[in-house]
Amino acid sequence: MQTPWITMDYWLDGWIVVIAILASVSAAILGNFLVLRRLSLLSDAISHSILPGLAAAYLLTANRYSWTALIGAIAVGLITVWLTELIGQYGRVDEGASTGIVFTGLFALGLIMIVQAADRVDLDPNCVLFGDIELSPLDSIVTSIGVIPRSAIVLTVCLLLNTLFVVLLFRLLRIATFDPQLATSLGVSPRVLHYALATLVAITSVCSFEAVGNVLVVTMFIVPPTIAFLLVNRLPMMILASVGVAALAAVVGHLSAVAVPLMFGYKSTSTAAMISVVSGIFLALAILFNVKTGVMVQAFRRNQLAWSILRQDILALLFRDSERGQAARSLRDITTTLLSQSWITAMALRGLVWRGYVTRVNDQTSSQASSSSNSTVGYTLSNDGRRHAQNLVRSHRLWEQYLATTGTQLDRIHAQAETLEHFTNPALRQQLDSETQQPQSDPHGKAIPPEEK
Amino acid sequence: MAISIRAMTVAYQRKPVLWEVNLDIPTGKLVGLVGPNGAGKSTLLKAILGMVPTIGGSVSIFGLDYQDVRSRVAYVPQRSSVDWDFPATVRDVVTMGTYGSAGWFWPLTKRERNRAHEAMEQVGILDLANRPINQLSGGQQQRAFLARALAQQADLFLMDEPFAAVDAATERAIVDCLRRLQELGKTTLVVHHDLHTVPEYFDYLVLLNVRTVAVGPMAETFTDENLQRTYGGRLTILDEVSEAIRRREAARP
Repeated sequence: MQTPWITMDYWLDGWIVVIAILASVSAAILGNFLVLRRLSLLSDAISHSILPGLAAAYLLTANRYSWTALIGAIAVGLITVWLTELIGQYGRVDEGASTGIVFTGLFALGLIMIVQAADRVDLDPNCVLFGDIELSPLDSIVTSIGVIPRSAIVLTVCLLLNTLFVVLLFRLLRIATFDPQLATSLGVSPRVLHYALATLVAITSVCSFEAVGNVLVVTMFIVPPTIAFLLVNRLPMMILASVGVAALAAVVGHLSAVAVPLMFGYKSTSTAAMISVVSGIFLALAILFNVKTGVMVQAFRRNQLAWSILRQDILALLFRDSERGQAARSLRDITTTLLSQSWITAMALRGLVWRGYVTRVNDQTSSQASSSSNSTVGYTLSNDGRRHAQNLVRSHRLWEQYLATTGTQLDRIHAQAETLEHFTNPALRQQLDSETQQPQSDPHGKAIPPEEK
Repeated sequence: MAISIRAMTVAYQRKPVLWEVNLDIPTGKLVGLVGPNGAGKSTLLKAILGMVPTIGGSVSIFGLDYQDVRSRVAYVPQRSSVDWDFPATVRDVVTMGTYGSAGWFWPLTKRERNRAHEAMEQVGILDLANRPINQLSGGQQQRAFLARALAQQADLFLMDEPFAAVDAATERAIVDCLRRLQELGKTTLVVHHDLHTVPEYFDYLVLLNVRTVAVGPMAETFTDENLQRTYGGRLTILDEVSEAIRRREAARP
């Protein structure tokens, strides 16, 4: 049964997704090395500058598919890399500038040639820019195993080629990418590998040309590896992750292209463009939420620490209360004493109650004891909470004792111990205890409670 | 001779960086390579390894061309020459040292893994083996580089400023490591900056300033006159004074 708002043709949409996956994964595999060598712009440069190569082939053979086109594209791709090096060396400009000069020049040349060729070959300059993945399954060949789109066959060969390159030359690529100088000293030429990589980037650009055009293929080269880089810590993992992300972006991209615009009452949109948009969204999510450096993750960690310190401060406060014989304390009391805000204290208390460290009591004595409080609900330590709190207070007073013996001024030891107590484990307490000769009380004369297991 | 250089000249765009350098380093020496900024110290290492084009002259290592003794030479580039955000663990980086002998295609054997393990142990970073390299301190990075060179099990080590901006513990670990290499009969050439520690760390000295100013055993070569010739006016008065004080201290009975 079909959902009311999506009309899928399984043969057509199935092949679109397959072609999209093949194109994205082929590009992503190579993209890892471009991203790591900070040469992302190279994929942009090559995918654009192959245009004159393709155009020349079209003009010569009047055919969209030919070995001539592939050879032409590879030749111009290599010329791009070589010219970039040359201009960088003699023009004394940085790599980005020399790349930009070369590829826009070659792309313009290609565009002129394409417009000329369009009169003779069935070729639409718009397709060149954006591809036409929706129509690519229609250009298919009958094989012994069924009707297969030509793009799918071409891209499968391309994917195999790229995979073989990366798997067979993995160590060479790893060492030349990380430390070109060491590679050179071991007899590996980073420059040769660079040209080999550029060749494959050119081949991949040509193969995915029909499907995604030469602008959007850049997304496929760069974005999945960048996401993978944020997610994992080792090169083999990064390559696998980039492959996964690329495939996922292709599937989600096509489904969204079909479905999302319909939800808002528009017609289905371009799959290739949607894959780019989806990749961009994935990247944004990775930047915000990745475990390594994620913006949100780090904010969450900082928050976690702040919450845990507040909870420990409450425990210590209640423990000191019980030392003075005060049974419970109200929310407002805790808030004002700890200079916190009432909703934050309430959240922290909820956390403590949930952990079973603190219990709520309806207590008259507390409201009598603290005149400022009108609330009849008080909070008091449970047995678990008491053990926890006792060790905290023990840490605090041991630190005070230790700091006093190191000659810190007495009026400053409390503030320092207040910070240090939150980062003190049993082993450290033991060390402090023995370094200060097992004191009975801290410098203020308060008893240091024994260690609780 | 571990290294033998004859009349080697290197120039970047017509400006000579090394000029008619002649240098002989006997096997088994722990050699300090010292000179002012821009003296061509790093370039000399690269020229020995054939990484920069030379204008005339010849280099031989253990009497042979570098191409033929590549597996016997380990190079430690400057720490800042690589991108430490690269996705790799310490073990990955150290294992790169075994690539030369392991070959480029077949899976690594236990032998290579053991070599990487021992190398990390020797410089005291075994506990960091699985740590991503972007989490290392400068000293730990330098030790990872040193371990990578040890894993190459070479006979000649060329190190470019291994002591640059490292902590005291790392400095000691590197010095220990250099001594151990010398006990094993290895030759080590180290680019070094701190004149104060030169006589303590090395037993052979190369003073370089575009040309080789002096080459020889430490005691004969590390003299005021030679340092003056190497650094010219660039050796600050402060350096001279502190060096003089150290000598007087050392000369006391």
